[in-house]
Amino acid sequence: MRKPTADIVVFNVLSYLLLGVFAILCFVPFLMVLSSSLTDEQEIIRNGYSLLPTSFSLKAYEVALENPMVILRAYGVTILVTVVGTIASVYLMAMTAYVIHKRTFRIANGLAFFFFFTTLFNAGLVPWYILIMKYLNLKDNLLVLIIPALFNVFYIIVMKAFMRGVPEALSESAFIDGANEFRIFTSIILPVCKPVLATVTLFVALQYWNDWYLSMLFISDENLRPLQLLLYNLVTNSDELRRISALSNGGASVDMSSMPQNSLKMAVTMISIGPILFLYPFIQRFFVQGLTLGAVKG
Amino acid sequence: MKRESLLRHLIKNRLLVLMALPAVVFFFIFNYLPIAGLVIAFKQYNYQDGIFGSPWVGLDNFRFFFISGKALLVTTNTFLYNIAFIIVNNILEIILAIALVELSGKWFRKITQSMLFLPYFVSWVTVGLLLNGFADFDSGIINGFMRSYGSEPIDIYNSPDYWPFLIILVSAWKSVGYGMIYYLAAIMGVDKEIYEAAQIDGANIFRRIWHLTLPFLTPTIVILVLLAIGNIFRGDFGLFYQLVQNNGVLYDKTDVIDTFVFRSLLTTREEGMAAAAGFYQSILCFVTIMIANYAVKKYNKDYSLF
Repeated sequence: MRKPTADIVVFNVLSYLLLGVFAILCFVPFLMVLSSSLTDEQEIIRNGYSLLPTSFSLKAYEVALENPMVILRAYGVTILVTVVGTIASVYLMAMTAYVIHKRTFRIANGLAFFFFFTTLFNAGLVPWYILIMKYLNLKDNLLVLIIPALFNVFYIIVMKAFMRGVPEALSESAFIDGANEFRIFTSIILPVCKPVLATVTLFVALQYWNDWYLSMLFISDENLRPLQLLLYNLVTNSDELRRISALSNGGASVDMSSMPQNSLKMAVTMISIGPILFLYPFIQRFFVQGLTLGAVKG
Repeated sequence: MKRESLLRHLIKNRLLVLMALPAVVFFFIFNYLPIAGLVIAFKQYNYQDGIFGSPWVGLDNFRFFFISGKALLVTTNTFLYNIAFIIVNNILEIILAIALVELSGKWFRKITQSMLFLPYFVSWVTVGLLLNGFADFDSGIINGFMRSYGSEPIDIYNSPDYWPFLIILVSAWKSVGYGMIYYLAAIMGVDKEIYEAAQIDGANIFRRIWHLTLPFLTPTIVILVLLAIGNIFRGDFGLFYQLVQNNGVLYDKTDVIDTFVFRSLLTTREEGMAAAAGFYQSILCFVTIMIANYAVKKYNKDYSLF
């Protein structure tokens, strides 16, 4: 092998350094959460959070999980919303994409514009919020965490572009065999579109899993809180911490000073991002594919 | 041959119409009905009378929004932050993408790319909490360092001046790993033979990057930047809201149109003014997107939005 020239050496040193530093910066905050969740509370009060655990304690996790109803319920809501929302969303968007991908359907372009225009002009938060609260009356209803996020114009366009790439002969032969449009969509187009469906599914699922906006706006019933809203309440409201630990003490009121406030916050964060940290090494390449897929014009 | 009438065409294709129905109903309800609801911007809204029953106040809401000075402040903040995000994030994305592609160590490449991409996967709520772990006055890591070196701790959450820097940093932290993928994809498309030819001609790696990679990336840069400029008056609500929370001390440096609208609607309950500010933003956004799209179209027809 050829000996690397001086410019390559300089470049490599710079690149390793730059990428290394930035990658560590991206990772370090998560290390902080993990370490702090495992650190003894007194230690945090004395020295603050740490990047590496200086003393080991599982107290925060014990408190968080001793009476796990609060967290389990939030987990349940998040999983339910993510599963139902993702399936419904991807199916409906694919169906919509199928309709506007048909060049022979005379209103296909008109429909596409009807959808697309909403990305150019929207009325903003206020009328939308009042519509959902007052007129649709969806406050404290789990549907409000699913329905407003069902359709995303960008994903519809990406799917449409993919379907346009499917050879028309496929659906034509089925059409001649007497299959109707819906059958062609479900039994011919959907299976062929698996790659794009898989990618969109992951993006949509991540969005439902991480959503806090809809729940912050429309959910006040504690039993219907998804994970992100629980976490948000935990940060903004220390009563929430007291509640979790009070439950774990059989409802007896607790002395705030004996409660691992800081480490508990970090433990709940860890519990909420755990599945993502665990899954993302396996799924990230699909996201990379998806992003480059989106770069092709629809 | 006579073209069949549209109605006949639709009846014949009624199944397609039916299949499009959920989306049509959805966008009609959640996107088009609210446009009619913008009349709130011209009303003194009260819950009992609803959108259409509340009394008209003409342009009072707009007048108040502009005279209070809020319009100028939040517009400037939104605009300047977005400019900073576009410049800082794109430069970092380009540099990191180039570094990543040129490096030979395969495992290093894989691991760093994974680490850079990680922040994309967590919610803004989590990011707000992570920032708090560093910036908190009592137990934050930053003040831990300050104390251990005998310096005075910094009260970051009460010092607005730190925030533009913090917000730009966090935006880069969260989005660079994701944004660089567009540049990575573009670089992968470069013909390797050109590089080899340049190398044989004696061009060193920095010259190759400057004279080959960057020109090759230019179309991607122009398109991505123009599209970002189209959204220059749209603040990233999650970013600003979850980092700053309801910390009034910081508003002068951190309030963007979106957080202002949100607070006016839900905290101070000035629905009319909130709607007026939102309407103003919608128009700004519409105009900038149209201009940006026109520019993209001029530059390269294939990448225009419509």
